[in-house]
Amino acid sequence: MANSFNPTLAIEAHDLVKVFPRGNVRALDGVSLEVEAGTVLGLLGPNGAGKTTVVRILSTILGPDAGRASVLGRDVVSEPDAVRRIIGLAGQYAAVDENLTGRENIHMVARLSHLSRKVSSRRADELLEEFGLAGAGDRVLKTYSGGMRRRLDLAAALVANPPVLFLDEPTTGLDPQSRQGLWVAIEELVRDGTTVLLTTQYLEEADRLARDIVVIDHGRVIAEGTPAQLKADLGTSVVSVTLGDRAAVDRAVELLTPFSEKAPVVEDLVIELAVRNGPKAGADVLRSLDAAQITIAGLALREPSLDDVFLSLTGHKTTIEESGEEAVAKSKRGLGRARKSDVADGKDAA
Amino acid sequence: MTTTTITAPVPVRQPSQGNRVAWVVADIATMTKRNLLALVRTPEAVFFTTLQPIMFTLLFTYVFGGAIRVPGGHYIQFLMPGIFVQTVIFGAMSAASGLSEDLHKGLIERFRALPMSRSAVLAGRTTSDVVRNVFVVALITIVGYAVGFRIGTNVALFLCGALLILFFAYALAWGFAIIGLSAPNAETAQVMVFPLIFPLLFASSAFVPVAFMPGWLQAFAKHQPVTQVVDGARSLMVGGVLHNSGAVVAALLWSAGLLVLLIPIAVRKYRRVA
Repeated sequence: MANSFNPTLAIEAHDLVKVFPRGNVRALDGVSLEVEAGTVLGLLGPNGAGKTTVVRILSTILGPDAGRASVLGRDVVSEPDAVRRIIGLAGQYAAVDENLTGRENIHMVARLSHLSRKVSSRRADELLEEFGLAGAGDRVLKTYSGGMRRRLDLAAALVANPPVLFLDEPTTGLDPQSRQGLWVAIEELVRDGTTVLLTTQYLEEADRLARDIVVIDHGRVIAEGTPAQLKADLGTSVVSVTLGDRAAVDRAVELLTPFSEKAPVVEDLVIELAVRNGPKAGADVLRSLDAAQITIAGLALREPSLDDVFLSLTGHKTTIEESGEEAVAKSKRGLGRARKSDVADGKDAA
Repeated sequence: MTTTTITAPVPVRQPSQGNRVAWVVADIATMTKRNLLALVRTPEAVFFTTLQPIMFTLLFTYVFGGAIRVPGGHYIQFLMPGIFVQTVIFGAMSAASGLSEDLHKGLIERFRALPMSRSAVLAGRTTSDVVRNVFVVALITIVGYAVGFRIGTNVALFLCGALLILFFAYALAWGFAIIGLSAPNAETAQVMVFPLIFPLLFASSAFVPVAFMPGWLQAFAKHQPVTQVVDGARSLMVGGVLHNSGAVVAALLWSAGLLVLLIPIAVRKYRRVA
């Protein structure tokens, strides 16, 4: 609870509370987090957990109802303009102007960041080049693919070389190749000293990019640590059995449930068990299936992934990814509204 | 995607008292330019918004014109200022749908995280609407000339009349901006403004003399702002029997009053939408 600015922390949030009066949803219920300068914090949580609300408060778009937060020592509530000069924000909706060209979009954001005309033009050239959009720079955005829009959105967020970057689900709805490309770009920014707060539903993304992870659900922090710590805390590894015959699934689940620390996860022919002692459990599983004359097509033992951590923490898997079309439909439905209803969905699911 | 090393650091300028004002102006200019670019890129929309007042001009002149008796006897002289006002009001309505679209596409979110002036998004929108309205008014003047309209005063006074109309439309645009920020989507924003605008426009002196209306309606029609603006424009553009300097003053007061009232509400609304 440092009242003075700790120079090693780029982002600090203390007990943030946000209540949306419509539907009386407590989107944030005392969220605290810290991001060390030059590192990436992955903010994870199911849909409606409050991830986006955290980002919107930290980027001065939304005021908290309680709690305080600062970016590089600047208070987001009392010095919003100072904060806006040192942050970049790329959102999940690729907030770019459809009717402008890529170059015009970046130029507009540069001018609104109060860079001179000359610097704005130079930055537009540099960023288009960096993000592989040089050839498409003078095309109207309507002709851009989803991946190109995301890249442009990120490029626009970087126009003033902000030392702190907020990325709200930067790769949601992207194809694997575009996602890879964006990851590389983010890694390079971090190497150059940028501090990043990243929200994501993809645990693979968090695992790859984030040094630290904060998991929130229902507006509260439910876990934090490095990916390795979180996995170790889980204390279990995973035995994954693939059956040869669909008819045997129910019986196999019944048979294997005692081996698992929690309810087995069943997907089609695959049954996953959380176990303490992997090798021994694997052998036990084989023996008991064999005794019951259930044939298996495969058996694997693996270390827990962040997905397993997430499942164990929140009781559900990360939400199935949205397709690009859905994301667009959602943004058309209304940003604020969509997010608030997401919060409500989250509550329903609980 | 490769990150090239940036050749020179980007100077992020700190505001001083002097350039704070300059920045607000620059922000408004940037937003205005952006809206006008979008306009140029969607010529279909411009075409149809211009077509509408042209059709109204022809419709009222040739279909209704013969049946409507007006002071001075020349319906087209009476009608054109009304058509101008109708045109700019319809033009200003795009502030509602335009802002609603920006809001729901996430652009306003981006703008709010930038160190730009809070009012520039709204001011840029209303300013670009004025620019477009100037263009449309010029076009309608030509159409008016083709069907027999003539300036009854002089060019300077005619331009003053045009300014009076544009000023009123600018004030209204701030009201439409509030609606745009309140509507759930752009389409709804569009239909939300119609019930507001139709009574004001048609229960006014824009197309027929107020004297033809029943007494109870006259009470409203005579005093509402659209009538004042239309009568003021007639006085400046046509003059003669239509001279009415009281309406010019009333129109200016209405427009200024609306601006003083609507700008703070719109800016407040903008700050709060999230």
